[in-house]
Amino acid sequence: MANIMIQRGARGDYVFYLPKRDLEDAIVSMEFDTPEKWGGEIRLNNGGSYYIEPQAAPAKLPISLRARRLDAAE
Amino acid sequence: MSALTREETEALIQEVLEVYPEKARKDRAKHLAVNDQSIEQSKKCITSNRKSLPGVMTIRGCAYAGSKGVVWGPIKDMIHISHGPVGCGQYSRAGRRNYYVGTTGINTFGTMNFTSDFQEKDIVFGGDKKLAKVMLEIESLFPLNKGISIQSECPIGLIGDDIEAVAKKTAKEINKPIVPVRCEGFRGVSQSLGHHIANDAIRDWVLPRRDTQEFASTPYDVAVIGDYNIGGDAWSSRILLEEMGLRVIAQWSGDGTIAEMEMTPNAKLNLIHCYRSMNYIARHMEEKYSIPWMEYNFFGPTKVAESLRAIAAHFDDKIKEGAERVIAKYQAMMDEVIAKYKPRLQGKRVMLYVGGLRPRHVIGAYEDLGMEVVGTGYEFGHNDDYDRTIKDMGNATLIYDDVTGFEFEEFVKRVKPDLVGSGIKEKFIFQKMGVPFRQMHSWDYSGPYHGYDGFAIFARDMDMTINNPCWSKMTPPWLKPVAPETEQKAA
Repeated sequence: MANIMIQRGARGDYVFYLPKRDLEDAIVSMEFDTPEKWGGEIRLNNGGSYYIEPQAAPAKLPISLRARRLDAAE
Repeated sequence: MSALTREETEALIQEVLEVYPEKARKDRAKHLAVNDQSIEQSKKCITSNRKSLPGVMTIRGCAYAGSKGVVWGPIKDMIHISHGPVGCGQYSRAGRRNYYVGTTGINTFGTMNFTSDFQEKDIVFGGDKKLAKVMLEIESLFPLNKGISIQSECPIGLIGDDIEAVAKKTAKEINKPIVPVRCEGFRGVSQSLGHHIANDAIRDWVLPRRDTQEFASTPYDVAVIGDYNIGGDAWSSRILLEEMGLRVIAQWSGDGTIAEMEMTPNAKLNLIHCYRSMNYIARHMEEKYSIPWMEYNFFGPTKVAESLRAIAAHFDDKIKEGAERVIAKYQAMMDEVIAKYKPRLQGKRVMLYVGGLRPRHVIGAYEDLGMEVVGTGYEFGHNDDYDRTIKDMGNATLIYDDVTGFEFEEFVKRVKPDLVGSGIKEKFIFQKMGVPFRQMHSWDYSGPYHGYDGFAIFARDMDMTINNPCWSKMTPPWLKPVAPETEQKAA
């Protein structure tokens, strides 16, 4: 499990940030993206993927979350 | 000499890599690249923030350097104890030229060195008692200090001292903030982790201290973050922001105070100059206090104007007008500077190798003078730094991450730049090779370089270095081809 932060990018997309490794990247897809159910498997631009427990969409971004690594890039 | 083509640059990298043993060559190859502006993501062409190879000359620092030297050190009204043996603090003392206002030793302590001076006994029996004693001594000798930070050196982590407990206990006794920072030098691969650790310490120990306190805020409050006031940089930036109608409520951390840091969460916008060392705290403040942040660049009139407009875009029309007014006011002065120096510097080529923000930020300033940056690299940059750099650099230029002493020399020999901008460790090598050199970490005892006033000094310094008559005197008289006039004299 890793602490991550999700924020809004300049173009309204989601940006993923992993402070521990200082990894900043755009999120290309998120499994659930509705106000009631939000999260699930997220895919990054660099090819990595993480899993965050599906939850109600956060009221404001950025938000710090716990995420599980499914597949790291590199 | 004309610029190298893409193929030539690639060949140059291969040639330089050839001397390494196979394993090292494979590793170093990932850190050297030819710039290609069409690439969106830097990690496709360059790897960064990795452990340096043993056996090569790296120019990196350590986590302690990142925390004590960069982030915490410039906070002038706190005392920063270099906790551990005496050398780390003494040899890094006052080298960075973070200017500040105040009376040193009375109410400001920027250029002083405080250390717990570890001896064998402290390693064996632990240094906690000594640390508590040091802090009480500081409190009695320098009663006007506003707080203490404990900057750990390597042994503290190795012997496992509990500096947090000592900090909490003593903070109660002296009723001042005491911040333990776990920035032991062995952590991480470069000073970059030290910045991160220092940011986290600020987040945990400083920012929440005044969360409930009232603050007379205005809609135009901004904080300048990541400007270390080297040679007065923050001052020449701050006046521009104030002139356009903003109120700068905090300066991090050049000429900064702990009170300013504690009050930063009241800002309406955080302005980040050094992204690398302070983005962590900006992200934290965005999440916890909903303060937006933006990067700006105050090197060279083009970028200053661009940044002022981008900053103003976050505010109302009054500030936007203010920005235009400031840009117009300095335009004449800038035109004069460029008219004077551009003809002398036009077409000159520069290679840079610095840390933090400068490998990309100063490109605009050189371009304003008609110069071209043909190679750049970061000591301790991460992928996101290179993402931002690719766009600023020309095609087919060299990019090198954590360049080794050998590689840098070879690149300079082949690319033959008219100026090298790097740190003090490289300075004398290149000067002896006959290449004009500017020390771009602390502006070679000059500065400021930020803002409009800074650009005038920047232009003068570059001219002074490149067009210095000494570069034509590099060949000693006895090695010069015999000129006809000397023959006449002999006859």
